[in-house]
Amino acid sequence: MKPFRYERAQDASSAVALVSQSEQAGYLAGGTNLVDHLKLGVSQPDVLVDITQLPYDRIEALPDGGVRIGALVRNSDLAADMLIREKFPFLAQALLAGASGQIRNQATVGGNLLQRTRCVYFQDVSKPCNKREPGSGCPAREGYHRSMAVLGTSEACIATHPSDMAVPLVALDARVYVLSPQGERCVPLLDFYRLPGTEPQRDTVLEHGDLITALEVPGLPFATHSRYRKVRDRASYAFTLVSLAAAIDVDRGVIRDSRLAFGGLATIPWRAHKAEAVLRGAPATEETFLQAAEAELADARPLQENAFKVQLARNILVRMLQDLLEEKNS
Amino acid sequence: MALSTNTTHHTQTLTVTLHINGKDYNLELDPRVTLLDALREHLALSGSKKGCDHGQCGACTVLLNGRRINSCLALAVACQGAEIVTIEGIGEGEKLHPVQQAFIEHDAFQCGYCTPGQICSAVGMLREVEAGWPSVVSADLTAHHIDLDEDEIRERMSGNLCRCAAYANIVPAITEAAQQRQTTDKEAHR
Repeated sequence: MKPFRYERAQDASSAVALVSQSEQAGYLAGGTNLVDHLKLGVSQPDVLVDITQLPYDRIEALPDGGVRIGALVRNSDLAADMLIREKFPFLAQALLAGASGQIRNQATVGGNLLQRTRCVYFQDVSKPCNKREPGSGCPAREGYHRSMAVLGTSEACIATHPSDMAVPLVALDARVYVLSPQGERCVPLLDFYRLPGTEPQRDTVLEHGDLITALEVPGLPFATHSRYRKVRDRASYAFTLVSLAAAIDVDRGVIRDSRLAFGGLATIPWRAHKAEAVLRGAPATEETFLQAAEAELADARPLQENAFKVQLARNILVRMLQDLLEEKNS
Repeated sequence: MALSTNTTHHTQTLTVTLHINGKDYNLELDPRVTLLDALREHLALSGSKKGCDHGQCGACTVLLNGRRINSCLALAVACQGAEIVTIEGIGEGEKLHPVQQAFIEHDAFQCGYCTPGQICSAVGMLREVEAGWPSVVSADLTAHHIDLDEDEIRERMSGNLCRCAAYANIVPAITEAAQQRQTTDKEAHR
């Protein structure tokens, strides 16, 4: 592990100033992904600024029925929060489907958004990887790619975004609050993640020195009727193959509105806008659900080993909407 | 609780006080040292085990401010000011913790390497259950009381791997420790 200097930030502006001073500096919060990257050599900071003492650890209800979540709230505290469990059950489920009890106690909400892909080539510094070392190449297309993305990929990168939590958050139109030397700004989560394109090294639109301070989830009454389902190779403590966050608003057999987002399927947490458009105003039937799935998955670019994800995503979408509909009617 | 720094060449040494099992330990540490390595290599508290060193096996589980964490993923310098409990401090002196006792009675290990992590994790997990935290297998996400059945225990303990596959005895051990805890609580409330 390369030596680095450790600093403990006393306030947010000094943390931002410290990290902005050096291109190699970074923030340390829960550390569950970063400390692993230090050991692997994936991350080689010269300074780490510990931000865990900053006052971003509160969960507050918003007047519109939404919630403001401090960036340093631990994943386990967010999942256990009764407001989240009641109003946004698929967010609580996604958090609980992620990692282990120990890691959820350590990992923060801001860090969860910024965790990096678990692509085996990205994490192995002896291998080329365009995300880790721009221009070095991508062995995944010809090599191991069973867990890789089928949507949002580019020639340069097919790595899957690993977060469960971010999947319902993109479905909910969450907003990210960011502090920089120029002040605070708000970025819609839908604009926060970048498709890899020709610059896979940039996962998000954040600039160096930017510090996430909070997330806001706007109110969405029908999210009380929502679910997160995750399919993986073992029953617990594994990254997703395909997951879906779904909320549906049905009135007398007609779909008024829905929110759908896939995890494990794309290079970013994937909001299924095309599927939502098919569902809007349509009868709540299996045929509609299939059409919605087909519309979303038409652009999928699978490879030999991950082609199963397309069928799996279709099946999950249809089955989950049926289940949500049945629960509503029972 | 200020950290004092002594920087020479490219490496930094920090003076850190760690509160472990009720005692204060003063250490001079490079910031690269994980909490697990501080415990094992600097303090000879070798009960916490290094399995994978990447947060995948749970052998290094300790309690930090009462919560279970993977000590291999925490930098020791970042743990200054926290209350740390390791397997060496989980019981009261010679008196075993009820989870330790249950592991012995149910023969909940073979080689024993994962056991300190399993026990610390179970102690933290039982507190989470008492606090009403749901799991991904909980049927009712908003329930205040958790029915800690086998599915719940297996899901909640999935961050602790046992390569001897002693799970068949670990689950009953934790079940019994949980039941004892409930009984003790009820008696206390009488």
